Amino acid sequence: MNIEELEKEKNEGIDSLPLQERRKFLKMGLSVTGVFLGGSVLSLTSISHASNQKNADMDIPAEGQYPYPKHYGMIMRQNRCVGCELCVEACKQTNHVPNDHGAWRTAIQEKITTENGSEKREFRPVLCNQCNRPPCVRVCPTKATYKDPETGIVVMDYKKCIGCKTCMAACPYNARYFNEEKYAIDKCNFCIDTRLAEGKKETACAAACPARVRIFGDLKDKSTEIYRLLHTPDSKIWVLRPDTGALPNVFYINA
Amino acid sequence: MTNNSLSAIFAETADPRLATPGMNRATIFFLIVTIVGLSCGVLAFIFGHHTIYNNTREMPWGMLISTYAFWAITSTGLCMYAAMSHVFGGTRMGMVSNRMVWMSIICIMGAFATIGVEIASPHRMLLYNIISPNPLSNIWWMGTLYGLAVGCMIIEFAGIVTGLGKLALVMGVFGALAEVLANSCLGGVFATLPARPYWYGAQLPIYFLTSAFLCGAAAAVLFNYLAYKIRDEKMSTSVHLAVKSAGKAMTLVLILYTVATFWRLVSFYVGGPELGRTAADALISGPLAINFWVLEVCIGLIIPIILIILSRLENMSMLAFAGFLILVGQFVARYDLVVAGQNVPQNLGWDNLPTHFSYVPSFFEFGVIAGSIGVVAFGFLMGERVFGKTFTQKEHH
Repeated sequence: MNIEELEKEKNEGIDSLPLQERRKFLKMGLSVTGVFLGGSVLSLTSISHASNQKNADMDIPAEGQYPYPKHYGMIMRQNRCVGCELCVEACKQTNHVPNDHGAWRTAIQEKITTENGSEKREFRPVLCNQCNRPPCVRVCPTKATYKDPETGIVVMDYKKCIGCKTCMAACPYNARYFNEEKYAIDKCNFCIDTRLAEGKKETACAAACPARVRIFGDLKDKSTEIYRLLHTPDSKIWVLRPDTGALPNVFYINA
Repeated sequence: MTNNSLSAIFAETADPRLATPGMNRATIFFLIVTIVGLSCGVLAFIFGHHTIYNNTREMPWGMLISTYAFWAITSTGLCMYAAMSHVFGGTRMGMVSNRMVWMSIICIMGAFATIGVEIASPHRMLLYNIISPNPLSNIWWMGTLYGLAVGCMIIEFAGIVTGLGKLALVMGVFGALAEVLANSCLGGVFATLPARPYWYGAQLPIYFLTSAFLCGAAAAVLFNYLAYKIRDEKMSTSVHLAVKSAGKAMTLVLILYTVATFWRLVSFYVGGPELGRTAADALISGPLAINFWVLEVCIGLIIPIILIILSRLENMSMLAFAGFLILVGQFVARYDLVVAGQNVPQNLGWDNLPTHFSYVPSFFEFGVIAGSIGVVAFGFLMGERVFGKTFTQKEHH
């Protein structure tokens, strides 16, 4: 079609479009860009080995497609965060995070924008994304950081860390820091040693959050809240820096 | 090997003309610079790397990494030219290739000295690089291959000195191969990090190799010029032709490097991630602009080209000065590359962060850099003193 002729056409707008048509269009667009609708979590980023080979249209991943016996992840209900930083404090206490030289395992980022003359504050909790294709693990010369084969959590073996800091440079999320006490690089490990090992079901940050922003759990387990949230139809879910191909396991929604 | 035979070898290779008070003073001066400079790095192990270096969580790498890269790249260049002359012959650079092998070893020592005090726990590296290697890691390959290369080159050099030409030739080839692969992995360390769009991409390893050919040729010209300058002697015709040959290579690669730099920067402005563009902005008009335009472009590229044209590849002082400026430019270029890759906040737009983080190397970082220059200068002078005759002999094969 001639583009010049097309430009002369009157814009019909979207009001006359049937709802079904609009949804279909949105779904198509969002699938293409990697952001999914209808809970098709696999189409987004996270589980590189997991795919639904039985039925491409089915949203729920087939059993046995996750690479780890337990596949821990976290979903952030970002709009609920008020920036109280109780999570940050709980993390510091639980995981003995030193107080200086930029050490933190989780943080709350803040953005202030002005909308219609009024100031709008937005908070975003961040932590290690426990990626499925973790750039930090790939670059480590001595396997001092690796994916825990049981949980998929990216963990540290401090004694092997030579302190080359390549993992810090490789991380798209600025999630790693130099721990002066251990004289090694350190990071969030979903409290695998300090809480999960004791049988607790939540990380310290998730447990401390008064607004229940952080929902932690096994992505495979259909009974978990994270599973339910990730598979809620029509919810918009996103990850940070999907362009890096790291396949993060920390998701964000407004719910 | 007995002491007597060692003394006999050194009697053959040493250049007694350089046993002068002036040379001794210069050698001792650079030894002191080396010791004092590297002591700054040793202090890191006492007071903490995080305390005395100005690296941060957001910018974990700084001038020590860029300087390591600079010396490693220069070493690769020298080694490659030497190996090419040894293996293929046909280039006049063969005449000075023994000196290039020595300086390649010395430059990699400068690199190792720098990285040795940059890495927080090198003792763990010695153990776990061997018992827990990660074959997917560029750093692992880079370290291993540079280690292998230096081993090969030391045997090669021993072969040259003792007259074992065949051994020298074989080890020279292996050394050069290891150096090229190590250099490629060094480029790969940066090039395979999608989190850093300014580094990420297929061009960077080739860019590093181009820089190696540039720095290697520039160092070959400079060190050969200096070798005759300290002896206050005129180059023989064959050495003059060898340095001229290195000058030609330097000119050609300077043009290639300039083209590569131009397109590398243009690529950030025609699309791609915003982080990459903002990083390039740091060089074009941001905090690294003076470094880039004055030191990298004017002093490191344009003035050398003018000097080379004016010298007509005949005026050795001018050519050597061009080589020196190229090395200065390349030193700054590595710094700018390392800094620009990290100084744009990954979460730009949040926490009221500046567009570019500020990084100024600490006094101790400058100290280590001085120490690494000391290593190379001391190594150069010692080489001329102890192996001077070997450097001016024809090749051993």
